[in-house]
Amino acid sequence: MRLAHLRRTLFGDALNTALSLLVLAAAVLALPPLLDWAVLKARFAPDVAACEALDHAGACWGVVAEKARFILLGRYPADEAWRPMLAAGLIAGSWLAAAHGGLRGRALPLALLLPPLLALPLLAGGFAGLGSVPTELWGGLPLTLLLTGAGMAGALPIGIAVAYGRRSSLPLLRGLLTAYVELARGIPLVAALFIASFLLPLFFPQGVAVDMLWRVLIAIVLFAAAYLSEIVRGGLQAFPAGQVNAASALGFSPWQTQRWIVLPQVLRNVAPSLANSAIALFKDTSLVTIVSLYELTGALGLALSGDAQWRPFYLEAWLFIAAIYWLGCALLARISRRFGQA
Amino acid sequence: MARRSLAWQALILASLALLGCLLVDTTASRLQERGIRSGFDFLLEPAGFALGESLLPFEASDSTLRAFAAGLLNTLRVALPGAVLAVLIGVIVGFGRLADNPLVRGLATAFVNGVRNVPLLLHLLAWYFILTDLLPAADAALPLAPGVFLSKSGLALPWWGEAGWEVPVPAGFGIDGGARLTPEYLAMLIGLSLYAAAYIAETLRGAVQALPPGQRLSALALGMTPRQAFTLVLLPQAWRAALPPVTSQLLNLFKNASLAVAIGYPDLVSVAGTSLNQTGRAIECLAVVIAVYLLLSLLAAALSHGLERRSLRGMPA
Repeated sequence: MRLAHLRRTLFGDALNTALSLLVLAAAVLALPPLLDWAVLKARFAPDVAACEALDHAGACWGVVAEKARFILLGRYPADEAWRPMLAAGLIAGSWLAAAHGGLRGRALPLALLLPPLLALPLLAGGFAGLGSVPTELWGGLPLTLLLTGAGMAGALPIGIAVAYGRRSSLPLLRGLLTAYVELARGIPLVAALFIASFLLPLFFPQGVAVDMLWRVLIAIVLFAAAYLSEIVRGGLQAFPAGQVNAASALGFSPWQTQRWIVLPQVLRNVAPSLANSAIALFKDTSLVTIVSLYELTGALGLALSGDAQWRPFYLEAWLFIAAIYWLGCALLARISRRFGQA
Repeated sequence: MARRSLAWQALILASLALLGCLLVDTTASRLQERGIRSGFDFLLEPAGFALGESLLPFEASDSTLRAFAAGLLNTLRVALPGAVLAVLIGVIVGFGRLADNPLVRGLATAFVNGVRNVPLLLHLLAWYFILTDLLPAADAALPLAPGVFLSKSGLALPWWGEAGWEVPVPAGFGIDGGARLTPEYLAMLIGLSLYAAAYIAETLRGAVQALPPGQRLSALALGMTPRQAFTLVLLPQAWRAALPPVTSQLLNLFKNASLAVAIGYPDLVSVAGTSLNQTGRAIECLAVVIAVYLLLSLLAAALSHGLERRSLRGMPA
């Protein structure tokens, strides 16, 4: 029965037979050389001479071992490496716990939003005997995770406030917030980052210099908040009015109704969409390399572009980074699916 | 009640005005201390920088306004063909995701997951590396088809030249005749269209699978073959549901064209960035970028609204 089904779907008619044969032929042609390159002929030791001798007949995974610290942690001082590692561990750990069911109910959102805020002082230092590390030196995976986590943690409250503001009875407030949301959603993130990089410094009074990292974080938060507010607004609009009427019949004040009846349910309903926004933000943090912050993608460029010896093996290092992004997206997608079930 | 709401709005307006004055004041003093003049007069002055490539003939002595126009044209030159390619590939991959054939479905799924789980910037960097570092030099260009050559210096194609229809021929250290697409342009075109295609494919799949199962079953009960049920019953309905999200994917493609900055393709945003560095007029340059993108968004919204209305014509309300 199973086999008959398989035969029907694979070779049921002329078109399917042709497609199946095409895919099989492509696999037969492509897979052996790929296996050859990635495993059989590959070098795993960080040995430039051996890699050059291969002449790209096999992968040079040694580039990952050679550059791993730089790609993963950026220019953060080497003897303080435990701090970015712990920071990344905190954030990634909370994602893992959320994706695999170690966390449930109310603890879940808190556990996702808190670690990035803990990671900030850990990376910055300057207290309790921790040396202070300037933000220009932060980089690699911890920075990627921090921008995603802190970006979401900052954008969510603003997004909720904006969503409520756009339902306000004050036409002026509604108009202003609509203008903000449409503006932020209309421009590309690169333009928002340029604004953070070149325009924002002009808005601070003389003598106040705000690091690029904070300016970029402000831009990311305001950019993401516009998208989140649209999600929350959709959730509010889809919320059945009967519950609001019932709550007011029971004597709930409008504020209590929103706080205890509407918002908890709306946030739960839109949680999968919010998690999807986190995926988009996670990938979008790669753009901060354009304004010289060296998160994963930027650190990859920084590690290899100046190194004539290792630069030819860019593709191998690229695959390493791509795998990390792939894992992060898979984790966040799992969280989104779990939100959908809850 | 009305009086209270009026008071609130007055308060908002007043605090905004105060904030605005404060910002204008700080900005003006910051500009002054840096010795930056403000105003849009620089748009008519010579740009002072060259562009890597441009449809519009452009030299450093041309005006900044012309540089912006060339940048916008470059954005459109990559985004419009990219959008067409994205829809074509997206539809094919979307069908693949819905196919009964497990091999085809697996391949389409692998494509969608592989593309969507990696940031677009990383895609662009990889294509750029492949096109500039791994390909042979121009004197050993790969002949892809008669008159089509691919090498480190880009793709050479037959095209109309000064002497009519020209077919590229290898000559000494390079290739003569025809038109050339640069590696920067090719990396943008391939990266942008594949990325958008993966999202469009998922949108299409979702739209077909969201249709009530009764639609397909009743089509089959009426004696249609599965393929007829798909093309005549499911697809027309799914297409209508998929239209708004697909338009928004294409709008994303337009916005994503700004990633060109990272690989040195002179699109609008990267021209604005260069001009900003040259003149220091951050406010003006970014205002141009924002205005153009908002205008494009508005245009796309109007277009998609029209398309939706057309696709609903003749449908029961």
